This record gives sequence, C-alpha cells and structure tokens, in this order.
Amino acid sequence: MTPEQGPLIYRQKRITRLTHWVWAVCLLFLMFSGFQIFNAHPSLHFGKESGFDYDNAAVAIGAVQDGDRVKGVTRILGRDFDTSGVLGTSGGAVRAIPAALTMPSTQSLATGRVIHLFFAWILVATLCVWLVFSAINGHLRKLIPSLRDLRNLPDDVANHLRLRFHHTSDYNVLQKLAYASVLFLALPLMIATGLTMSPAFNSVAPWLLDLFGGRQTARSIHFLTMLALILFFVVHMVMILAAGPLNEIRSIVTGWYRVDPDQGGQDDQSA
Amino acid sequence: MISRRNLLLGGAALTLSGCKLLDGLNSGDSMLRATLQGAENLTMTAQRFLLGDSLAPEFAEADIRQGQHPNGSTAVDSPEYLDLQAGGFANYRLQVTGLVETPLSIPYATLTAMQSRTQITRHDCVEGWSCIAKWTGVPLSMILDQAKPLLKARYVVFHCFDTIERTLAGEVTYYESIDMVDARHPQTILAWGMNGQPLPMANGAPLRLRVERQLGYKMAKYVQSIELVDSFAGLGSGRGSYWADRGYEWYAGI
Repeated sequence: MTPEQGPLIYRQKRITRLTHWVWAVCLLFLMFSGFQIFNAHPSLHFGKESGFDYDNAAVAIGAVQDGDRVKGVTRILGRDFDTSGVLGTSGGAVRAIPAALTMPSTQSLATGRVIHLFFAWILVATLCVWLVFSAINGHLRKLIPSLRDLRNLPDDVANHLRLRFHHTSDYNVLQKLAYASVLFLALPLMIATGLTMSPAFNSVAPWLLDLFGGRQTARSIHFLTMLALILFFVVHMVMILAAGPLNEIRSIVTGWYRVDPDQGGQDDQSA
Repeated sequence: MISRRNLLLGGAALTLSGCKLLDGLNSGDSMLRATLQGAENLTMTAQRFLLGDSLAPEFAEADIRQGQHPNGSTAVDSPEYLDLQAGGFANYRLQVTGLVETPLSIPYATLTAMQSRTQITRHDCVEGWSCIAKWTGVPLSMILDQAKPLLKARYVVFHCFDTIERTLAGEVTYYESIDMVDARHPQTILAWGMNGQPLPMANGAPLRLRVERQLGYKMAKYVQSIELVDSFAGLGSGRGSYWADRGYEWYAGI
C-alpha cells in the first residue's frame, strides 16, 4: 500500500449493486428496442393525436428523392436538416434510426415490442425491489442532498470541472442530484409516460393524459426523457473514467471502494 | 498498442453485434421469444385486474380536427364486396355463427336502425400514432344478446372482406378476435358511421369493430361475419388474429 492510498471501505451493498446492473441491462435493451418501435412512426407530435391533415410534429424523420439519390431529412421545429447516412437513410436503406441502434437490427415492430415490454416489466420490478430495500437499509437517505450539500454545490461544481475528485464514503452533491434525478424523476417519468401510451391504462387513469397534455405529448416526453437518460449515461461514463475507473467499477461490482487517505474514518484520523 | 481509432471501431462493432444479438427473436419458433412474450400474459393479467369495466376516455367534438387516418387495408376488391358496395350495402347481412343458440343474419338496414351508441374516441395505432374520430354503431353486446352465445363460447372472431396478404399459397383475408370481457364492454361497438357520415370504404365500410381499450389492429374493418368459438384452433396459425399470427400481441392493451 502506497502512503497516499486510503483504506478500502465497503461502500455498495449487494442489493444496490445487483439492482444497478439489472436496470443497466434493462435500459440498454429498452433503448435499442425503443428505437425499433420509434422507427414504425418516426415523428414526435405534441397534443392528443398525431396530425395528418395538419402539422403538430416537432420532429419528423423521413427520406426524400433528391435527383438520383434518396436523401435523409430530419425536420426539427419546421427546419429541415440533411441527415443522410444517419437519420432517414442509412446502410443504403430508408430507415429513420440506423440498424446499429435498433433491436432487432432488421425492421420488426412486433419483435421490438416483445423486447421492450419484457424489459419494461423487469425494470419496474427492479425499481420496486430497490426502493423497498433502499428505504430499509438507509441507502435512500444517502441520495437526498442535505442543506450542507447544497451549500457545497458551487465548490463541488468547480471540483468536477477541474476533474478533481474526492473519494469519500458518501456521494458528493452532484452525484446525489444526478442519481436522484434518474431514480426519482427520469425513470418514474418513463414509466408514467409509457403507461399513458396504453389505451387500456388510459381508461384506469385518464388523468395521466391531462397531466402530460395528451397521448402524443406523453410519447414525445418518453422519447426526450430517453435522450436525457443517454446524456446521463455519457456523463456517468466520463466521470467514472475521470475519477479512477478501476476503483469506481470495483465498488459497483464488489462493493469495495478506496477512499482518500483523509476520508477513511477513525483509523485514518491518526495518520 | 490499441489506438483510439481501433477502440472506436471495436466499440462500433460491439454496438452492431449488440443489436444483432436478438435478431434470432424475429423467428416465431424461437424459445427466447416465447419466454420474453410471457410478459404479454403478465400485461394482460395486470391490466384486466386494474381495468374492470372502466371506460376509455371520450373526447369533445372540438377534438375532431381531421379525418380518420386509414391504415392496413384501405380498399377491398373482391367482386362480392364491390357488388354490396355498389348497392349501398342494402344487400349486406351480418352473419353471426358458431357457438350460439340462435345464428343470425342481420340486414344492414336493421343494423343501422338498431339502438346505437356514438362515441368520440382516440384510435391508437401500434405504430405509435393516434387519431380522434366519432364512431356510431351497434353495441356488440346487443347482437350477442340476440344470438345467445353458448356457455362454452370464449371468443368472438371477426371474419373480414379485405385481403390483407396475397401469397403463392393463396389470399389471406383479415381476421381478429376478442374475448367476452371486451365483447361485452359498453364501448365495444360495430360501427357503421364515422364523424356523422356512413363509414367510408377506407375506414372499413360497411362495418368495423371498435374496441376502445386496445390498439388499432384489434378493430377489424370490413366485417363480414362474426363467429363464436371456444379456441383459435383452425383460425390462421392459431393465435387468434392476423397480426398475432405475425408476432404481435393478441391482447393489445399497451
């Protein structure tokens, strides 16, 4: 052990690690199969219905004939962008989202739905298990920022920007905010907007339609929240790489995390 | 040494193989697919438990902003159908057969003169789009009351005029089915009118089913006859519906 190394602490309980990996897998499959489902109608509308005789699409991905080639066009808020090769056309075919991002890779709405709804159930079940266990074992409290945390927010932002990380047993305030937003905001929003798209569930909870402003708005929120989750994932990966990937990955696989020398609790105070 | 370029290429390859990972699921006899499809039963059980006899949301006249977007078959070209259509469906008769005490053959004029229900509802296609329209028709429960299904009748099958698929093996006309829970639901109607007009050809004239708590493909268009059955054996590939036989859910509540 080098002098500057702190002690290993048991940071992540087994249930925390297990649920983390289950929903990591679920979200991956949900994203790929979600893109497959989106390809069946690659536009995002706002309102109760989709405009065919009028336009209420904020985003529409399509393909148009342009001379002797077919051009992929993505229309965002009325402006057209040439997205040939990525959106609209890719791999020599007309398809909204490229094959590399859809599951299955071929066009199959039926199979996409089988995958999506299976993993949706696993995700919901895992979240319920996580919520119950985390409420009992105290993990939930660790995710809620305290007043002291919020006062530290500017310092913490500055530290993150300089990629200077403190390895402590507790999460820092940006971590708490990020994880809490995903677990208490983004994922419940995904589930609620997903259920709002269900004509059956609409008859049980029609208020969800009013809450989100109609089924098509709910569908668009579902898609935008997915993009937010991808953004979270990218930042999550960058932070792991920047903060020391071996230590970070070890803690979410085995539970053991090496904290900074001055963070190790009583043993370390004398050092 | 691993260059950044190789890393990127490796990542791309992983993504590609990741997406092809479940391509085997496209096959109808894949074991894994059957396992994942088990979630469909869970969905149906959970939704039926929550739903009870709740009604699908109904909308206001002002919410009808466009015609009903037609999908699936939008025309029928069989001589039999075209004859009926030419005569304004005056010679159309809805046949009700199978496990019933009283088989029926109801003329179009009788259907449209029966007590009707009008509802402004949202049609949700499995593809993801929605469209709001006003539907007028006979509650299916009224027709079932007349036909008196036998106790062992479990499903109502709809046989349709439209050819949805032409293969070397022959033509496939559309077929769909619902169970008694949905058949008896007050919003389940055989619609003959849409947005205050007779049902247009593109939307399934003379008669189309409305099952408002399920997705669009359940709402069979161009209904020719109704058959009460106790199983799907002998119907298509045995899953109870044209699209269910092609990998979609038979219960399409989400």
